[in-house]
Amino acid sequence: MSLLIKNGRVLDPASGHDAVADVWIEDGVLRGVGANLSAPGAKIFDATGLVVAPGFIDMHVHLREPGFEHAETIESGSRAAAAGGFTSICPMPNTAPVNDSATVTSYIVERARQHAVVNVFPIGAITKGSKGENLAEIGSMREAGIVAISDDGRPVMNARVMRRAMEFARSFGLPVIDHCEDLHLSAGGDMHEGLESVRLGLRGIPGCSEDVMVARDILLAEVTGVHYHVAHISSRHSVEMVAFAKARGLAVTAEATPHHLALADSDMLPYDSNYKMKPPLRCTHDVSAVVQGVVNGAIDAIATDHAPHPGSEKMQEFEQCPFGILGLETALGISLAQLVHPGKIGLKRLVELFTTGPAKILGLDRGTLAVGKPGDVTIFSTTQDWTYDVNKSFSKSRNSPYHRTTFRGGPIATVVAGKVVWTSES
Amino acid sequence: MPQGLLGIENLNREEIQAILDRSRDFQPRDDRSFGKSDLLRGRMVVNLFFEASTRTRTSFEIAAKRLGADAVSITAQASSVSKGESLVDTLNTLAAMRPDAIIMRHAASGAPHFLQRHLEIPIINAGDGTHEHPTQALLDARTILDRGAKLEGLRVAIIGDIAHSRVARSNVYLLSKYGADIVLCGPASLLPRELEKIAPGVTLTNTMEEAIQNADVIMMLRVQLERQHEASFPAGEYFQFYGLRLEHLRRAKPDVIVMHPGPINRGREISSEVADSQRSVILTQVQNGIAVRMAVLERVLTGANNHVTSH
Repeated sequence: MSLLIKNGRVLDPASGHDAVADVWIEDGVLRGVGANLSAPGAKIFDATGLVVAPGFIDMHVHLREPGFEHAETIESGSRAAAAGGFTSICPMPNTAPVNDSATVTSYIVERARQHAVVNVFPIGAITKGSKGENLAEIGSMREAGIVAISDDGRPVMNARVMRRAMEFARSFGLPVIDHCEDLHLSAGGDMHEGLESVRLGLRGIPGCSEDVMVARDILLAEVTGVHYHVAHISSRHSVEMVAFAKARGLAVTAEATPHHLALADSDMLPYDSNYKMKPPLRCTHDVSAVVQGVVNGAIDAIATDHAPHPGSEKMQEFEQCPFGILGLETALGISLAQLVHPGKIGLKRLVELFTTGPAKILGLDRGTLAVGKPGDVTIFSTTQDWTYDVNKSFSKSRNSPYHRTTFRGGPIATVVAGKVVWTSES
Repeated sequence: MPQGLLGIENLNREEIQAILDRSRDFQPRDDRSFGKSDLLRGRMVVNLFFEASTRTRTSFEIAAKRLGADAVSITAQASSVSKGESLVDTLNTLAAMRPDAIIMRHAASGAPHFLQRHLEIPIINAGDGTHEHPTQALLDARTILDRGAKLEGLRVAIIGDIAHSRVARSNVYLLSKYGADIVLCGPASLLPRELEKIAPGVTLTNTMEEAIQNADVIMMLRVQLERQHEASFPAGEYFQFYGLRLEHLRRAKPDVIVMHPGPINRGREISSEVADSQRSVILTQVQNGIAVRMAVLERVLTGANNHVTSH
């Protein structure tokens, strides 16, 4: 099977390539990048006027399988990923059962092999059942295919356990990803603590509940020498601390979600749970700091934290609703609008954030269009207007604040191992 | 969206004034009872209380009946797991019975706002979580005005658990729209600094003496132990530092009035002597509750009282 992507602006940050060219993939592997390639018998995709980039990687998603298949499945989530231009996704371990053993990892890998239209690289739990007590079977999960460990939404509160996890993970070359939230400081909170929460009478999740954990983890990362990664960074001080850690030469990285680059607490439609997530939408100073972190390199990757919840769970009193919103299908549109169109970063940097950034963190041999690498390609527009209709989402859930939002530019086609798995016309 | 009454924040001064003016027509006069009319005859309101509240529910019920409306009161169980689903379902079920308005109290902030987006029937907010309690602010304003005071330039001290008080929020919004000076007072753990920016004219203090100085009105808030999710203050010494006692009144303006939304906790936020003193207008507040709620019901159900004679 052979695919020839013609006349696109081929943008490969890893090699520095940025020119109109053709990309040829055969048998799932990149065979060539260059002008006027010919591949007899190849299927042709005309990418004139479009950007052809390495396949995007989303290092933070929730696929809800096993255990919560009414909200999402590996298949439906992977289709949403494809529609968002992602060729690889990393599901967090908060399934039921928790992905804390090689058995669960293998199940996810196998289900993905059978049903997913994109690559799935699971993230394993740090502790058994993500209970924060005993370490999960990290080594055997590594052998079964995990690319990092995290207890995500149930962060390890015990610093000693976190330290041991970091040491152990380092032996296996795994990064430790932390959803930074001091659960005592955030307890009962529903949105960012600030003027808006006071106005709405909702309990707050203070920025410091994130900051104290980032601070703790950076100190532990220095002690243990592990590669430590901050998930969905959202507060100004946390961004500053990551920059500080990097300046000290520590192996510390961070990701930001599109919504934390775009929305502040004051943008919330009052009591609309489609604006409820963790970390919460913070104040405008924090949003600026996260954007600035992307610009100056404190932040290495954009990740969606795609978190499907069925309508019945989101149609409740705000304080009863679960946290999280969909993210896969709107990530590129939001990122273009927040970062590229206003001229904060160039297109090359944007592509880095979706490709080499996450690939490097996770040690994935992907994220570039070098010959011989997997034939994963994301083709997108920076100019075509399109409107997001959440009711047509590939996700099984509908919890997005971006319903009916019009974006300038977005995914056009997604190629996984040389196969076109989604196009905007399909 | 139907015109209910979800909060004070989004009302303008004219709308507030219309309700306050109209409520005078419904106040009891010369030891007789409240005005009674058949303005709302044939209309039905449902009192839907997800949170226990004998006072507010009864007040709304009497208000509706005084206007000739039929009032049904339901005390709903705040359900557990799939709460919202049952909340939406409960409301949809009620809506299918076609009441003319739903008066709703709920422990979750924003619950009536959330429901109003899905419901054609107007909702009157009778208190939502720690957010707003609009009719309380209206009846408080009515009570202050009855003393012959003007709201403009008035200095009002609101003292207690501000963080968790819907009464405080609604009062702040209302008084601020009239250009009153509002001093919010409580321990810092119950007085988020952001409150200063919530509306114009608000200042914060952590000391009672400062709050009471030159105050024309002292509003005491109930210490909401049930709303405290953790210990924000040592309960044992609350009264010592934030309870209103006669010694405070001696240092206050001689004509200061003391208000409380009730039910009062004697010896916790207010001493018995103060509650029963000449300065206390707590029972007037209760009376005005009915008059104001009659005006609100009339407004919501008939769209009236923009064209009311002024006094």
